[in-house]
Amino acid sequence: MATITQPPTQEQPLDPDGIAGSSVRRGDRTFLGLSTGSGIFVLVLMAGIAVFLIWQSIPAFTENTANPLTEQSWLPDADPPVFGFAVLFFGTIVTSIIAMLLAVPIGYGIALFIAFYAPARVASILGFLVDLLAAVPSIIFGLWGLYYFMPYVVPAAEWLSQYLGWIPLFANDPEIWTKSILMAGLVLAIMILPTVSAISREVFLQVPRMHVEAALALGATRWEMIRMAVFPFSRPGMISAAMLGLGRALGETIAVALVLSAVFEINWQITAPGGNSFAANIALKWGEAGDVGRSALIASGLVLFFITLIVNMTARWVISRRKDFSGAN
Amino acid sequence: MSKQIDIRDLNVYYGDFLAVEGVNLTIKANSVMAFIGPSGCGKSTLLRSINRMHEVIPGAITKGQILLDGEDIYGPNVDPVLVRRTIGMVFQRPNPFPTMSIYENVIAGLKLEKDKSRKESMDDIVESSLRGANLWAEVKDRLKRPGASLSGGQQQRLCIARAIAVQPQVLLMDEPCSALDPISTLAIEDLIRELKDRYTIIIVTHNMQQAGRVSDNTAFFNISAVGQPGIMIETGPTSEIFTKPQNQQTEDYVSGRFG
Ligand SMILES: Nc1ncnc2c1ncn2[C@@H]1O[C@H](COP(=O)(O)OP(=O)(O)OP(=O)(O)O)[C@@H](O)[C@H]1O
Ligand SMILES: [Mg+2]
Repeated sequence: MATITQPPTQEQPLDPDGIAGSSVRRGDRTFLGLSTGSGIFVLVLMAGIAVFLIWQSIPAFTENTANPLTEQSWLPDADPPVFGFAVLFFGTIVTSIIAMLLAVPIGYGIALFIAFYAPARVASILGFLVDLLAAVPSIIFGLWGLYYFMPYVVPAAEWLSQYLGWIPLFANDPEIWTKSILMAGLVLAIMILPTVSAISREVFLQVPRMHVEAALALGATRWEMIRMAVFPFSRPGMISAAMLGLGRALGETIAVALVLSAVFEINWQITAPGGNSFAANIALKWGEAGDVGRSALIASGLVLFFITLIVNMTARWVISRRKDFSGAN
Repeated sequence: MSKQIDIRDLNVYYGDFLAVEGVNLTIKANSVMAFIGPSGCGKSTLLRSINRMHEVIPGAITKGQILLDGEDIYGPNVDPVLVRRTIGMVFQRPNPFPTMSIYENVIAGLKLEKDKSRKESMDDIVESSLRGANLWAEVKDRLKRPGASLSGGQQQRLCIARAIAVQPQVLLMDEPCSALDPISTLAIEDLIRELKDRYTIIIVTHNMQQAGRVSDNTAFFNISAVGQPGIMIETGPTSEIFTKPQNQQTEDYVSGRFG
């Protein structure tokens, strides 16, 4: 295109001394160099982290006498060393799933309310508050959830075990709920809620006015308009918002460690103590670990690294389907 | 199917700002009315108040009456959503839904309809609407392709197909050709002349020749100064507005444009 619309011969008379023309090209080249460089840097950094994790975890894998995928205990400094990721995997995935199940729909709901339902003045105040909350370190929410919110969970737990106790998931004594996987999931949900709602609000505000008006002019109610014009357009951004929330949930350490320190085992009764997450386990055990112990913790970090990678790649793949129909036209 | 519109003492506001003042105007069923006037005189604002799209802007309100075959669309028990299903709209910039196929775009409005009284199949409605919008021949082999893959002129006709698929009684068009090339413009003008057999049409245009070609009646709007409300200066049969306008302002505007 550029060569057709602006052949070099036409540029000449406009720019006799060639300064402007070449400086534009130099600017382009600098920018290209910078952006390529940054792209390569990110790849090198990722590779570097992977190599470091693999390198440091080799001792643990060679010393381990159990199958790391199925073993349910964590005794890497024993003789012989025995450890496995099954419990951590279970705890991480289940707490994150619970957090996502709660925080993502509520987060989208909050964002939709602010973007499309709230009166203008209320919307701007709420939008500001949500952005502010998203910037607060998640541990603050974690602590709030632990010390303020937990007591209110017990009555809910009583209700659940009384009326839904026949479901194996909930069959438990309400008193021990506060140290459960479910509680950890709840705390995580509170922590990622502002992230999910702040980002999806931003995404909803990007929907072009003309698509919103097209739907309304066809006689859509507000909710129909949201389904017709907002969701299809915002889908990639909504997935990204959920993924960033998930990233925070997967990597959250202290709050989960505070809830789930009691037992290291897989317990399908999510209302009873049990499980632990990769990040929390690293934080809990690092200080007292020996050489093989540290190596084993790094190995668990490697597993978390790959989980995150897979989650993100899946999200990318979901986003890139139906690319022809993406909103970018 | 089409209906008459009577606008009575209509004032249109953006918050405290009075954008259009004191409009009284009748648009007969099965006729084409053109709104002309300088930029900022409130043509779009008035047009959008006719299908209650004006009020989707925060703070925007109207005062007065708009009667659709005698029934006030601003009456206390009237649902604006139903008004918009009866009075369709085509925008200045073509706005097909980017995530939907051509086919899905056409039936987008139908999917909203609660009443299932129409017996034709979706396929038939898609075909007849696209034929009605003069687009069928160009897209019949690629109905599953994204609506955004069409040219601008085709997209605008797709938007017209989408608007007529729900069988409205009135069609509002806000400068529907301003983003289009002359050939697409002529295609849409032909279409407007065909559509008036079935619909009452109001079109906003800056193009005098276009108003002359497609409309039966014309209303001229003006503002006395920036920040003042737009008012309707004169209305009448298009031929009279262009050849022997009653008002000096109309004369200046119309002749200025013709050089
Ligand atoms: N969303 C809005 N909020 C506040 N004022 C508005 C808004 N839209 C339009 N106005 C004002 O209302 C007046 C009429 O605008 P309108 O868009 O109806 O003019 P128009 O006749 O359609 O102009 P054009 O020919 O340029 O499209 C203008 O003074 C404009 O600044
Ligand atoms: Mg306008």
